Parts: sequence; structure tokens; C-alpha cells
Amino acid sequence: MTIATNLLAAFQLPAGVAVPPAEDYLRILPEIILSVFGMIIMFVDPLIDEERNQKPLGTIALVGSLAALVSTFVMAAHEGLAFSGMVRVDAFSVFFHIVVTAIAVVVVLTSYEYMAVQRIRAGEYYGLILLCTVGMCLMSSAVELVLIFIALEISSISSYVLAGFRRRDAASSESSLKYFLLGSFATAFFLYGVALMFGATGSTNISDIRAVLGSPNHQLLPYVAAALMFIGLGFKVAAAPFHIWTPDVYEGAPAPVVGLMSTGPKAAAFAVLLRVLIETRAPGWFWLIWVSAALSMTLGNLGALVQSNVKRMLAYSSIAHAGYLLVAFAADRSLAVSPAMFYSASYAAMNVGAFAVVSHFANAEEKYVTLEDYAGLGAKSPVLAATFTFFLMSLIGIPITGGFFAKFYVLNSALKSGLVGLAIVLVANSAVGAYYYLRIIVMMYMREPRGEVPVSAPPLSAILAMTICVLATLYLGVFPGRVLDFTSQSSHQLVESYAPPVAPSSGQ
Amino acid sequence: MSPASFNPIILSLVTFIPAVGGVLILLIPRRDRDIKVFALLISLLAFVVSVFLPVFIRRDPNPFKFEIDQPWISSPNIHYHMGIDGISVWLIVLTTFLTPLCVLISWTSVHDRVKEFFILLLLLETGLIGVFTALDLFLFYFFWEATLIPMALLIGMYGHGRRVYAAVKYFLFTMTASVFMLAAILWLYAKTGSFQFAEIQNAIHSGSVPGFARASLPLFLGFFIAFAVKVPLFPLHTWLPDAHVEAPTAGSVLLAGVLLKMGTYGLVRFNLGLFPDEARRNAPWIIVLALIGIIYGALVSLVQPNMKKLIAYSSVSHLGFVVLGIFSFTTAGLNGAVFVMLAHGVATGGLFMLAGILYERRHTYEITEFGGLATPMPKYATFFLVTVLASVGLPMLNGFIGEFLVLSGAFQARPVYGVLAATGVIWSAGYLLWMYQRVFFGQVKLDVNKALPDINLREKTALAPIAVAALVMGVAPLLWLGAIDPAVQAALAPFAQLTAKVVGQ
Repeated sequence: MTIATNLLAAFQLPAGVAVPPAEDYLRILPEIILSVFGMIIMFVDPLIDEERNQKPLGTIALVGSLAALVSTFVMAAHEGLAFSGMVRVDAFSVFFHIVVTAIAVVVVLTSYEYMAVQRIRAGEYYGLILLCTVGMCLMSSAVELVLIFIALEISSISSYVLAGFRRRDAASSESSLKYFLLGSFATAFFLYGVALMFGATGSTNISDIRAVLGSPNHQLLPYVAAALMFIGLGFKVAAAPFHIWTPDVYEGAPAPVVGLMSTGPKAAAFAVLLRVLIETRAPGWFWLIWVSAALSMTLGNLGALVQSNVKRMLAYSSIAHAGYLLVAFAADRSLAVSPAMFYSASYAAMNVGAFAVVSHFANAEEKYVTLEDYAGLGAKSPVLAATFTFFLMSLIGIPITGGFFAKFYVLNSALKSGLVGLAIVLVANSAVGAYYYLRIIVMMYMREPRGEVPVSAPPLSAILAMTICVLATLYLGVFPGRVLDFTSQSSHQLVESYAPPVAPSSGQ
Repeated sequence: MSPASFNPIILSLVTFIPAVGGVLILLIPRRDRDIKVFALLISLLAFVVSVFLPVFIRRDPNPFKFEIDQPWISSPNIHYHMGIDGISVWLIVLTTFLTPLCVLISWTSVHDRVKEFFILLLLLETGLIGVFTALDLFLFYFFWEATLIPMALLIGMYGHGRRVYAAVKYFLFTMTASVFMLAAILWLYAKTGSFQFAEIQNAIHSGSVPGFARASLPLFLGFFIAFAVKVPLFPLHTWLPDAHVEAPTAGSVLLAGVLLKMGTYGLVRFNLGLFPDEARRNAPWIIVLALIGIIYGALVSLVQPNMKKLIAYSSVSHLGFVVLGIFSFTTAGLNGAVFVMLAHGVATGGLFMLAGILYERRHTYEITEFGGLATPMPKYATFFLVTVLASVGLPMLNGFIGEFLVLSGAFQARPVYGVLAATGVIWSAGYLLWMYQRVFFGQVKLDVNKALPDINLREKTALAPIAVAALVMGVAPLLWLGAIDPAVQAALAPFAQLTAKVVGQ
């Protein structure tokens, strides 16, 4: 158990040690690579003729995110704590690093065409994507609340700016501003929660907090702290009742950025939520999660039913999916982590894919984003329509897709934990949700094509992006075994091996 | 290589040949003729391989034959577990038998987006076969849901007038109903730690499932609702006429021929197999619904002006017989139920093909648009007559055997069931023969009908197997019942014990 020994070593750090060992830097290698490439882009940007194109900058970002993805394997080989116990590399953080950097790769690929078509000439776009990814990566490996907060801010601030990149469109500015104002408000809640947690336990380190909260006599403070942190993170994952910003922001932001925002920060925020709620054994949030999950599913799906703009519809759908994912959190501790992780990964695969299609289809000025624009796509571009259908099937939860297995797995955990009520809400919502995804499929295949909506053949980069997402969704749906091994191992590490094992509550 | 060496993989072959063929069609350039020929070859290949199954089924001594059991996912504990018995084997052959005919019948009627059509058809075939082979409840659900989208798209993309409405209605009805089944499956998994049909069955029968006594009714209903919508059982049948009327011919054939049997198969396999006590307790009201379905379906058929809708409602009536046979818990009744499933698949599949042929020529299903068709289309009229008689239940043709067995089973269970159900047979003779008379006999009223071309070689090739099958099944039913009966006996074994228990008290 290298992790256990490392943990011990962390507690016995000799006083006055200033220089972290070299291995520590390997443990944050993906973050370092992403930051370096992000800064390179910022430096190179002024040197490039903006009027021509930004392909070189995109390529730097692509190389950077690919390098980060590869470097997660280096990081994985060095499990353990780093930087005085502020960062921990374990199966859990490696998993989220892979998810988040893979999202970055696909989003960069999608942006190539998008930036050219929208004639957005701003090189810092790619730099911000990489920096946003740095924050998300760090969120999953940080085990110290202040560092988590900093990571959260790195990713949030980048995404506030990214949301406003369609400068010629007022909706985009509105999106950015709204996201910024409400987002800062939410992070304040999180910070307040951190402060209270520190007050309650005397530490901001997850393991220390866990040690304190493990003892039975609780005061009121940890309850309030957990609730406040949940509010902050609930905003980031777009869980009801903190979801109001989502449709407007998603509608206004550039489509590839929405692909990023709806999956990456969400996955990272769920990772943090797993750490601060489940790993710390913070008390008293069960009903919070229960209500928020039920509300998110219901409000998300009902909201999506009446949308005519595909981006808005997918925004409401992302609220609903946050709800499905939160159902896993309400399950027993030992059953919660693995399905939540699996769900984040498959939601990322299918939703980034869906937004890759939307980005390609939207065309200049994002003119074609309403449901009617998709009419007859099945006849005009069979491959694009089939790809979109595949992602929508996954969002509905039809077999052979990752979305199906993820939902199945969450429901499984919920029923095993005896959450019959929440399971019923989930099941009913799946049926409602099927309807609006089906509306898009119906539009594409069963309505007459509209002549004035042009469909161009996607360029290589977009094809690559969609292919990656299709393959990932298919892989998660048909051969989930290896990923599940990974998530179960993480779950084990997160829940059990850092504290004396507690008898798991029975699934009766 | 002996046939036995194929045993472990033959089910996977039969199941996935169509899907692989469908994926290969993706790679064929859009030359419609090539695609059709390829789809035909693939579906014939699947049929040829599937014929292996009934031929060699008795050589395997296990209750489930040709079993293959591989771990698929370790946690949750899901297996790639397939196996068939005497009931599922014929449903598989029925599927592979009807699919090539569907390809033939769609040869000219589908001219737009041909590639997608045949891909969807072949994917649907894989889903259907998978449902009948799966012995792992997850795998079963996997295939069950996998049939949804191809069928909905077939209806919605290639159907007639209100096709979108019909497709969405079909999708939402079946999807909503099947999530109840999913919940029941997951409950069973939570308590038994297994998705394996046999293991769950053993656990339930040995009484080692905690909390089962309290949960058995909801579980039974969870499965039952999913299957009852699919069957469809009155009053959950309303999606069926819409789906049938709007679906393209091939879609209707597979819908009536096989898709509905997923429901009745599920009732036998899961509702009877896993919950014999609940099945027995709930049988009375289910039988009442089945009887209502038989009579109501027949009466509504009688007044339909639309040929396809008439056939659709006749399915409601016929499937009522199947449910009645299943819940009579008698050997004759269940044997008959399985036989009706097959006979209905052949005969009603045939009727939909015939209706489709007429539609291709006249673009209408209205019965009043026709009349006297026997004059311009004598061969067509002959095929139609054979199929109608098979569906009516004329002795020597396949419909008779099944309905006779079901009725005798119903009489054994309770005479009043038999009496009421028997009226359904009379009604069915009424609506089908009356329809036949209005369409084919008398003078040719409309001029357009005078010059209607008779069926061509391709259509004959598609219809001949139906007629032959209807005749052979009617003359030599033992060829089929020989395999069905042992499986039926096995399915009814717990009920014999139940009766013994009741008598013993």
C-alpha cells in the first residue's frame, strides 16, 4: 500500500522542509504541461497574423492537450501525496485527469472549424481552454480545500471569458456576464463553507477533516459547512435549484465552449463533491442531495420539453443529467463513487460529441441552432444525422451506448441502497426525457428537408472529434468492464482504505 | 467438424450475422440494387444458420441448449449468457424466416434512403433474435431496448401519413413500460447479486431472496407491464393500430410477426418462470383482459374500413388467445399459445405482405376502393385466400392447431373461458372472410382496378414460403410441438408442484 505509507509520510513531514521532492512535480505533470502550452499560446498569439488564421495556435493547443493526456500515465505511475499533502495522485484523480484532458482534446478539435467559420480571431481562446483544463485537473487531485478553491477559480474564470467569445453577439456577452456574476456568487458560498469547515475541524486537509468528522459528536458547524459547499458546487454542476443560469449561458456561449463547460467543469466539480462530501464523511447532506437530484431531473426534463433551440434543450438536458448523477451520491457511501465516476465519463463522451455536431451544424454566427433547422438532416447528410442520433440515443439511455450503462449503473446503486423513491423519480424522468431527444431524431429523419439550411461536409478535425466521441460512447456502453474496474478501485480508495473500515450499511 | 463443435458459438452467429451485415452495408456505396442483394444474402445466411438450431436441439441434454456463458462485466456481475429452449428456438427461426421475406417485399416499395432502411431492418433482426436468446436479465434488457430505435425509425422514416405520430407513440409506450421491467430486474439483482435467469429462478424457488414475499407482486407487475404493452394486451393496445397502419410493409410484418411475440415470450419466460405464485394469483384478471382483447379486437376488426387496421386489430384478438393459453397453466394451453405465436407470425405476417402488395399498386388500404380483384389478380387472390384461411383457423392450416390447443386448455382451466374465447374464432372467420369477399369477389367496380397487374415472380417468391409454412405447420404440427412440448412441461413444472401443495393442504 504505497498510498498508505505515503500518507503516513505526509503526516511526519519534518519541519522546515522547503523543497518538494522531484517526484512531486511528476504528480502534477499534466497540469504543468497544460500551463506551459497555455502560456506558449499566449506568447505566440501576438506573433501570428491574426487576419490569416489560428490553425497554428489550435495545433499547439492540440499537442498540449494530447501531451497532457499522455502524461497522465506518468502521473499514474507515481501514486501518492505531493506538495505537503495538498495533492494526491490516486486512481480517482487519474481517472478524472484522463476524462478532463480527453474532453480538452475533443473540444480543441471541434474549435478548429468553429473558429474559422465564426471568424473569431483571438488566439487566447485556445490558451484559455488549456488553462481551464489545468483548473479542472487540479480540482480532481487536490485534497486540500484552499487548493481546491484555487483550482475551481482557475477553471471558472477561464470559462467565464470563454463564454463571451462570440463578441459580435449580444447573447454571448450576456452569457459571459451572467455566468461571471452568478458564478462568483456561488464560489463565495463555497469559500464560506471552506471557512466554516476549517472552523469546525481545525483543518482544510481532507484527511484531517475526515479524521475529525469520523468521531461521533458533531456540532452544527460541519452540517452548515457541507451545505454551503454543496451550494457552491451545485452551481458548477448545474443542479437544481442552482441551475437558473444554465440555459441562458449555454445558449449564448460558443457551441464548442458549451461542449467543454457542460462536461469538463461538471466532471471536475463532481469529483470535488465526491471528495468533500463522501471522502470527508461530512454529515447531513443526504436530503440535500435527494431533493436536489429529484428537482434537477424533473425541472431539467420539463424545461427541455418546451425548447425549440437545440442548445437550450441540451442545456436543460444537462441539468437533468446532473440530477441523474446526483442520484448516485444519495446511494450508500460504498455504492456511490463508482457509478458517479462512470456517469461523468459517459456523459462527457456523449455530450461533447453532441456539441461537436451542433458546432459543425451551427454555421456562421450560429445561425442554425433551432430544432426546425435540423429538419431533413437525415436526407441531407446521413452520416452527420446518424452520429447525432447515436449521441441522442446515449442521452436517452438506449443500449449499446455509454449513457445506457451509466444510467443503469446509477439505478442499480440507488435500488441497492433502498432509494426506491428516487429510483422512481429517475425512471419516470427517463421516460419524459426520451421525448425531447426523440423530437430531434424525428426532425432529422421524418421531416422534409429545408432547402435554405446548408450542410457542409465536416472537415477532418471535426470528423476526428466526432469519431473519438462515438468510439468512447460505444466503448463505455459495450465494454464498460475495464473502466468499471478503475472506478471500483477508486471507490475503494476513496471510501475505505483511508480510515478504519466501517460496516457498510445493508442494502435492505 | 461436427455440428456439435459449433454449439457454443452458433447462437452468437445467428444473433450477430444480421448486425454485422448491417454494419457492412454502411461500407457499400449507395447503389440500391447492391444493397438489396446484400441484405437478402445476409438475411438468408442468418436463416440457414438458424435452421441448425431446431435440427440439433434435442442432442443437447441441458434444459437450455447451445448455451454460451461468458463473463462480460465483473461488477455489476453481468454475463454474456445465451441459450434457448423449445419455445425460443422457433421464435428465432420465425424471425430469420420472416426477415428475408421482408427484404423481398420491400424491394420496390422502398426507394428513398434504401441504405438506411436495410441497415435498420438488419439491426432490428439482431435485437429481436437477441431477446429470444438472452439468459442474462441485463442482456435481455439490452436487446429488448435495442429493438426500440430501429423499429421507431422504420415506422417514422418509411411509413405513411401520420407516421411520425405513430413512431413517437410506439416509442414512448414501449419505452415507458420497459423501465418498470428494468426496475424489477435491478431489484432482483440487488437481492440475489445475479442477473442470471437460472440463478434468480433457483433463488426464488428455494425462498432465499430476502424480502421477496412483500415485493413479489410489484416485481411481477413490473415485468408484466413491459410485456403487456408489447403484446399488446387490452387496454394497452392503442399504439398498435397506429403503428401498423403507418408502418411500411416490412415494419408491419416484423412488428406483428415477431415484435409482439417478445411480449408473450417474456410472459412465459419471466412472469411464469420467476413468479409462479403471483402468476397463479393474478391469472383471473389477466385472463379477463385477454378475453376482452379477443372479443373486442375481433369486433373492432369487423367494422374497420381500412384493410391494414383490420389486420392490426385481428392481432389484438389473436394475441389474446396467446395470453389466455399462457395463463391457463395447462400443457395444452401453453403448447397452443406458443403455436399460435408462430402461426400468427406466419399468417399475419403474410397478410401484411399481401396488403403491402396491394398498397404498392393502389396506394390505399381502404376496402371500399377494391372489389372483384379476383378477376385481374387471380394468383394474388389465391395466396390471399390461403393466408386468410390460415389466419381464420381452418383445419389443415396452421391457425387451427394453435387455437384448438388454446381452447382446449382454456376449457380445462374453466369452461367459461373456453366458451367466450371460442366466439373469437367465429368473429375472426367473420371479419376476415367478409373482408376477402368485399375485396376479391363480385364485379370490378372501379376502372383503375381492372388493369391491376398480378403478382410478379419476386412477390411470388416472397409469398410462397408463407403459404408452404402455413400448410406444413397445419399438417405436421408435431414437427414443431415436438420441441415445444418439453419446454412447456418444464415451464409448467412449478405449477404442478403448486397444485400438489394446494391439494396436500
